[in-house]
This record gives sequence, structure tokens and C-alpha cells, in this order.
Amino acid sequence: MSQRTRAADRPSVRRPGENAGAFSPRPRPVRRARSEQWAAWAFLVPVAVYLLAFFAYPLYRNVELSLRDYTVRSFVHGGAKFTGLGNYAKILKDPAFVPALTHTIVFTLVSLAFQFTIGLALAVFFARAFPLSATLRALFLVPWLLPLIVSASTWSWVLNTDSGVANAVLQQIGIPPVTWLTSPTWSLVSVIIANIWIGIPFNLVVLHSGLQSIPGQLYEAAQIDGAGGWQQFWRITFPLLRPVSAITLLLGLVYTLKVFDIIWIMTRGGPTGSSATLATWSYQLSFGNLLPAFGPGAAVGNLLILMASAAGLVYIRVQKRQYQP
Amino acid sequence: MNPSATRRRAIGIALVALVTAGALAACSSSDAKTGDAAGGTYVIWDPYPQFDDSSAWVKLLGDCGTKAGVVVKRTAFDTTDLTSKTLLAAQQGNAPDVLIVDNPVVSTLAEAGVLTSSDEIRLDTSAIDPNLLGAGQIAGKAYGIPIGANTLALYYNKSVLAAAGVDITSVKDWASLTAALAKVKAAGKKGITFSAIGTEEGSFQFLPWFWGSGADLTKLDSPEAVSALSLWTDWLKQGYAPNSVINNTQTTSWQEFATGQFAFAENGTWQRANAAKAGFGYGIIAVPARDGGTAAAPTGGEFVTVPVQKTTARYAISQKLVACLTDTDNSLATTTTLSYIAPTAAVQAKQVAAAPDLAVWVSAVKAAKGRTGDNLGTKYPKISQPLWTAVQAALSGSANPAAALSTAQAAAAAATK
Repeated sequence: MSQRTRAADRPSVRRPGENAGAFSPRPRPVRRARSEQWAAWAFLVPVAVYLLAFFAYPLYRNVELSLRDYTVRSFVHGGAKFTGLGNYAKILKDPAFVPALTHTIVFTLVSLAFQFTIGLALAVFFARAFPLSATLRALFLVPWLLPLIVSASTWSWVLNTDSGVANAVLQQIGIPPVTWLTSPTWSLVSVIIANIWIGIPFNLVVLHSGLQSIPGQLYEAAQIDGAGGWQQFWRITFPLLRPVSAITLLLGLVYTLKVFDIIWIMTRGGPTGSSATLATWSYQLSFGNLLPAFGPGAAVGNLLILMASAAGLVYIRVQKRQYQP
Repeated sequence: MNPSATRRRAIGIALVALVTAGALAACSSSDAKTGDAAGGTYVIWDPYPQFDDSSAWVKLLGDCGTKAGVVVKRTAFDTTDLTSKTLLAAQQGNAPDVLIVDNPVVSTLAEAGVLTSSDEIRLDTSAIDPNLLGAGQIAGKAYGIPIGANTLALYYNKSVLAAAGVDITSVKDWASLTAALAKVKAAGKKGITFSAIGTEEGSFQFLPWFWGSGADLTKLDSPEAVSALSLWTDWLKQGYAPNSVINNTQTTSWQEFATGQFAFAENGTWQRANAAKAGFGYGIIAVPARDGGTAAAPTGGEFVTVPVQKTTARYAISQKLVACLTDTDNSLATTTTLSYIAPTAAVQAKQVAAAPDLAVWVSAVKAAKGRTGDNLGTKYPKISQPLWTAVQAALSGSANPAAALSTAQAAAAAATK
């Protein structure tokens, strides 16, 4: 937090209890100050226990798993050899690594671009109330409300090469059937299409509520000045929506990086790894085989955590900049 | 001291107390099972979530517990979950007393030191078919008893074959099968469906053809192996098998067959009940080997095993439970419930007497072999993954069968070094 914001925040966030703390300028009886400190610590305990038990410990275990050479025997009986970054070296050298990383990046960026653009277009469309607009908007939320296993299974039926609806429609307009889920060229495209469909409602909802906060007078003034629809969008809507857009994109980035279920259900990351991302690869290593490879699996998982937390840090920075006066 | 501070402190202390109490309760509950050896509660895990407490299977578990003088606590898991759940439980010293687990996992769990060997707990396995026991034998030791077996064979749709003019008795080897598929396609129906998904299921389905060609799992790129993969690849190219097999699980493959459009489906014993409900006449033949005869299909089905416990005194009761679950009388009931073939010749004879159509399955099970057998043990998973990847590569057209299999052999050799 910058010096400027802290100074600005101070007066408004100071609460009555804060005066009693150790930093109070006026001298106070030591006993009371200490007892209140204890109470303060006691308040921290539940959240600290929660954080330790459900975040710090699993994270520590995951890092530890990735730094040791675990076999099934040493997983159960202990005594796994410490190998330092051996597992990381192994996965970086694995021929599956570069494709998985590329697919993760392509999957995330393409999904985000389309989700955001379509979500924004729909949000602008629904910004004006018209008959049935609420009903239509509710319908657009359906992908969000469905359990992922339902949507992913439905997509794999739709995209089935021989009996799917998608190819039936293509055939009607004279395009030969596409091997959506079963060819290395199309499998990544197919899972991206499904993921875009699932992500649109989130973008629609957040951007739509962002639009509500743009004052209507601005548009009236612009109309009087003779601005057309496009100009209104690029000069009013888009700039004023920027903070909301940044948050939407960053949250979307974190959500999309870790997408696993859709890909696993639709293609198992295949055929031959052509739609495998780091998330499915990590699962494949740890659980997708009769003989689990926990060490390399955890290492891939940690790489994903690093990528997601980098995005998280950017998010926090952006958020901070927004709340600055 | 001001009143609000007092109240806050009180709440704080209460919260600390709550958290501590909760943590203590969580720790103590895990000790519940490690009680005394005689009497008490015995924990059984199985991969049959489809059976609830009113089912014959769960009643049998209860009866076996009563006979042994203990209470049985049964938990069902999804079969894909069971391996990691068991490894985690063993890590915490919390493994179940009796574990019923898919046969290729036995070698992994034995390798992990989670299972007791059959000598240790004196399990009598003399009546069991040796080819079924194979999956549980690792480095000269045997682990567990097969509760029942299943394997793969070819279901065929009688009316589709009749319409295409195919006589099923003419299907004896790969060439005659392919010829039959060609006739079916010419008659406007679909040929064959199977599962070539990129998981263990895909390897399981490919193995009858792989072994039927004479190939061996230690050499994935042999000319025999290439001929097996070429057979599947050509079926796809010719349109005898649908492209969807690349992503089919055995269940989705069965759904395709159940539409009545397909002449053949490679599927397991467990679909018998569904086949009867399919609404068309069906028959079953064993998967043919390349030059005729029956190909060895992989054995499916679970093993009853006894995981290692801290209190070794518990093994006596666990052994009684296992013996009860696998004895001749119960075996008939169990295998009927699970739609499995019994692991002993005596019970197989009874099954065939009750349902003559099981004869095909019994001979298929006799010809079957364990995936982790041939002393492969925990090497099998490291070979199986490159194998299913090669199958996917060839079927999806990203490599020709020979190239896909030589990549697979290189990967398997590196992994099992």
C-alpha cells in the first residue's frame, strides 16, 4: 500500500477500540492493555487455525511432495528420498511439458478473449430494458448454473463425430463432418468452445452490473453532442467500464487456468495429449494411472499455483489502484 | 476494564475453546477402530457403490461378520477413488481390515507394503483358477483372493447380422471378422464398437487383440503388436468402427451398441443384464485370435485382500471374513449378484447349470490372463499408459501404428528401467 493511501485511510478506519492498543500515544495501565491484546489474539485464532489447516499445511505438503522422490511405498511408510528440484527437472524435460504449457496458455487466452467480448456485447445489449429482457438474461445464466459434469457431458454428445448435433447441422449446410473430440487438430478447439460457453454468463453478469453504475446523463449529453452508438460505446462505456473489466478478466484468468473437469470429461486431455493442459496433466500423473506418480504430479500442480498467484498479485495491484482517490 | 473489552475477551476465549475441542474431537475419532482384537467392529471397503444396505451383497457382509462374532462396518467407494483412498488411509495407519479392490491395483498396493501376503494370514487359494490368481502374485508372493472374475468378449446383434447375411459361426479369426464387418457396412448398418479411451480402460479393451496377435507387453513395437493396432486403425479407416471409439468409455460404447445399429460390441460380463434388456436378440463369442482360436482377454474383477494393521491380532478375524466371502456357497451368491464368473471350477459349473449362456463367459475367463501377471507387477501401469497413448495416436491419425508403437516402446522402456 502506498504512503498516500495509508495517510488518506487512517482517519476513517480508526475505530474506538484502537486507541486502547499498545500504540496509543497516551500512557495507560499496562495490565488492561495486555489483556486486550490477548483478546485480540484470541480473535485471530480461528482464522489463523483455519488458514493453517486448510491453506498453509496442504500447500506445504504439496511443496514437500514435489521435492521428494515418492514411490507408493515411501508414500505410505515414509522415507522418501529428498531430491531437491529433481521432479521439476523431470517434468520440464518431459516431452509432454511444452505441449501442456502451450495448450494451457492458448486455452486460457482464447477462452478469455471470447468470453469477455461476447459477455460485453451481451451486457451492452441487455443494458436497455426491453420486453422479455429479464427472461432472456436469465436464460443466458443457465450454463453457469449447470453442474460442470452435466455441461461437459452434454458438449461431448453435441460434438460426437457420428451422432452429434453439431455435425448434423454442418451436414445440412454442406460441410463434411468434423472429428471434434477425436482428432488431435480439433480436440483443443472443442474444449475451448465448451469453456467459452460456460464462461460467458460470468462475464455477462459482472459487466452488466458494471454498466448499471455508468450515469445515464453521460449518454444523454453525448447524444446531444451528436455522438453515434459506436462513439458512445468507445468513449463512454468502454473507458468507464475499465476497472470492472480488469477485475473480470483477472478473475477469469485464475478460473480458466485451473479448468480441469471440462477437459477431463470431454477428452481426458487426448487424443495423445492434444488437449492436455497443466491441470489435466497433473491429475493424470497423480491419479489417472494405476501407479500414481505423486512427486511429478505435485510439481506440475505447484507450477499452476505459481501461475495463478502471479495473476492474483496483478489482481491485488489493480484493485488497489482502483480504490485510490 | 470496560464492558465491551470483557465481552470481547469472553468471546475470544470461547472461540479458542471451541477450536481446541473440535481439534481434539477430530484427533480422537480416528482412534475408534484400533480397539481390542476380539469382538468389536471390522471395517470393509469395497468398490460397489451401486449396492445399498438392502442389497444381497451388503447382507452377506453382515452375515459373515455375525458368523465371525464381530460387527462389520462397510463403506463403498467409486473404484477409481479406492486406490488413492487406501494409500492415504494406510499412510495414516487407518487402513480397512478387509479391502476389496480391482485386480491390477493389487500389485501397486502390495508394492506399497499396504497388503499382507496370503501366507502371512494363511488364505487358502488352492481351489482358485491359477490364471486368476496371477494378478495378485508379485515377486513370488501372493496377495488376496479373487472374489469373482469378468473379462471381455464380443456381443453381437442377431438381427443386424441376419440382415447383412453374416453367419456368426463363420467368424473365427481376424480376417473373417473383418469380412463380416464389411458385409454389415454394405448392408447399411454399423460394424463394431469398443472403447479406446485414453485411460486404463482403453488398454483393457485393446489387450485381447494385442495378446491375440501373439504380442507381448514387454515388447510393444513387435510386428505382432503392429498388426493388432493396424486391425483397429483399418476398421476406423474403412468405417467399420465409428470414430467415437477414441473417446468411448466401455459404458458409452455399450450405449452405442444398445441403439441396435451395431453388429458387434466388445464389452464385459457385467453388461449381461443390460443385454437382456436391450430389446434385440444378442449372442456372445469370444474375441478371436489373429489366426483363429480364442484370444487371451485381460481378467477383470476384484480381489479380497487384508491390509496391514498395527494390531496383528486382528488378522484372525479378517481371515475368517475373507474365507466366508469366498467360500463355495457364498461365492455362487456373490458372483451372481455382481454378474461375475466364479473363480473356482466347482462354482463355475453351478453357474453354467443355472444359466447355460454363461458357458461362453466361463471359457473366456479360463483363457484370460492378468494384466499384472507375467511378473510385470507394478511395471504394468508404466507399460499400459504408453500403450493406450499409442492406440489413441494411431486411431486419431496422428501417427501410423508402427511409429506410434515404437514411441510407446521407447517410453515404456524408459519408465520401467
